[in-house]
Amino acid sequence: MTATISTTPVTPTRRRRRSARLSPLLVAFVLVPFAVESVWVFWPALQGFWFSLTRWDGMSPPTFVGVDNYVEMAGDATFRGALLNTVIWLVLFGGLSVLGGFGMALVLQRERRGVGFYRAALFTPVVFSLVVTALVWRVFYQPDGIADTLLRAVGLEQLIRPWLADPQTALYAVILPALWRQIGYVMVLFLAGLKAIDPALHEAARMDGANSWQRLRHVTIPQLRGVNAVVLSVIVIDSLRSFDIVWSLTKGGPYHSSELLSTYMYSTAFQSLRLGYASAIAVVIFVLALAVILGYLVRAFREEA
Amino acid sequence: MNKLRTGAFHTGMILLSLLWLGPVIWVVVMSTRSFDDIAAHGVGSLPRSFTLDTYRQAWTDGGELRALINSMLVTVPSVALSLGLAAVAAFALSRFRIPGRRTILLLMLAGNLLPPQILLIPVAKFSELTGLYDTLWALIAVQVGFGLGFYTFVLHGFMRDLPGEIQEAATIDGAGVGQIFTRVMLPLTRPALAALGALSFTWIFNDLLWAITVLRTDDNMPVTPALLGLQGQFVSSWNVIAAGTVIAAVPTVAVFLRFQRHFVSGLALGAVK
Repeated sequence: MTATISTTPVTPTRRRRRSARLSPLLVAFVLVPFAVESVWVFWPALQGFWFSLTRWDGMSPPTFVGVDNYVEMAGDATFRGALLNTVIWLVLFGGLSVLGGFGMALVLQRERRGVGFYRAALFTPVVFSLVVTALVWRVFYQPDGIADTLLRAVGLEQLIRPWLADPQTALYAVILPALWRQIGYVMVLFLAGLKAIDPALHEAARMDGANSWQRLRHVTIPQLRGVNAVVLSVIVIDSLRSFDIVWSLTKGGPYHSSELLSTYMYSTAFQSLRLGYASAIAVVIFVLALAVILGYLVRAFREEA
Repeated sequence: MNKLRTGAFHTGMILLSLLWLGPVIWVVVMSTRSFDDIAAHGVGSLPRSFTLDTYRQAWTDGGELRALINSMLVTVPSVALSLGLAAVAAFALSRFRIPGRRTILLLMLAGNLLPPQILLIPVAKFSELTGLYDTLWALIAVQVGFGLGFYTFVLHGFMRDLPGEIQEAATIDGAGVGQIFTRVMLPLTRPALAALGALSFTWIFNDLLWAITVLRTDDNMPVTPALLGLQGQFVSSWNVIAAGTVIAAVPTVAVFLRFQRHFVSGLALGAVK
């Protein structure tokens, strides 16, 4: 994929010689970080699965209830709504940020006057926290804020509504700021991928009479396969994790209309104190992410081989 | 024809850039308007006043100073510790034939890919158990533990591709493992460390979820969650909230501007690998 991977002049034969003795320091180099991650990630993750099979209020010890939580979930309308919203989020936030980011990368890939500024402008929101992003957009959506002022200016005042407080629009009003922040990020990933494509390939295709659409379809996109896989995994994992922006703008409301699985899990755990049921929701999020995580690991595994 | 296309390109891109920068500029401008101005003309109007008192209010009355200190107390040690631990792990796993090294590496990466939701309740309970709950220590620990896997993976890829001869030479000169790491590998890994450092600074500084999971007291909150509190405290004082937002955004913008090159290459590092 990149130059760093194709050039591997490391001398594997010589390295083998050191295998005989592992100094204690070396063992510590691996074990200490691994132990830290075990305590704060691996062990909690295992506990999470166990808690999902219990009923627990956080005060008294958890009681084992088997799969009761999952059975309850099947009949929970809020859960189903959150699941549906998560899918919508995945499609709209994920899909549009890939399309937008890829489009912007294509438009801005060639070095020319002004390109640096445009790239920087699109990238600026990436450095803000999602809470900052949320507050910036709250101003936009405020009654008599920028959105309403703009709509009035073009004579569409009948569309004006409390954007974040209307169950019909809340979810989409939250997706928009999330996209605003994500497109610049995806653009940078694709720009790095585009840069790695050998210009000779485009030159050859042009000589053969390929127009720009054909070159995009048959040269650029196949050459970006590696980046595409990474971007897709990042996007799916990011979508399932999305929490901050929803929590800062609507907390999942009104009436759960912008509820995602992640926000429903959080409020179930730390506001309703139903830790067992919340753990079960977390397991569902994990299962949804699993395919993507495995795909990512398989790719990583192949490269390390 | 060509000129027309260039013109269309720039017109389109300037409009788009405005769409991206406009809301940010709007908030910066709003942070300098007086309360009366906003109350009279709304947040959507152009400014008719100028004041910097909003920053004083957010800074002292709103507790942003306290929150910024907390953020720094968490972010700086977290970045240093997680990169330090990741660097030694990546060094050992990439330069020595440690049994099961590939499995260890991928397990560590897998930990970072987990949705944090599965960890929230156990981590909150574990920090209660150890007495770390509602202290900055808990936040530092979980940030280090959760970030480690990804940093190790990226640094491993980088160190693996460094030429073996330098290490050979150092070994022949009698350098031990520790010396090879500090004198030879660390200096060569500096670009990757800088990139990851800039990235992890913004990630940890910008975090909301872990902070509100392991912290409870307002006085302990870093600036990102504190910003949500500020909104509750100054309900309709949009100018103060805007000032608070600007204050919360300045550190990451500063890091980005200072390490711009590293920052972008860091993102690409994660992507192209």
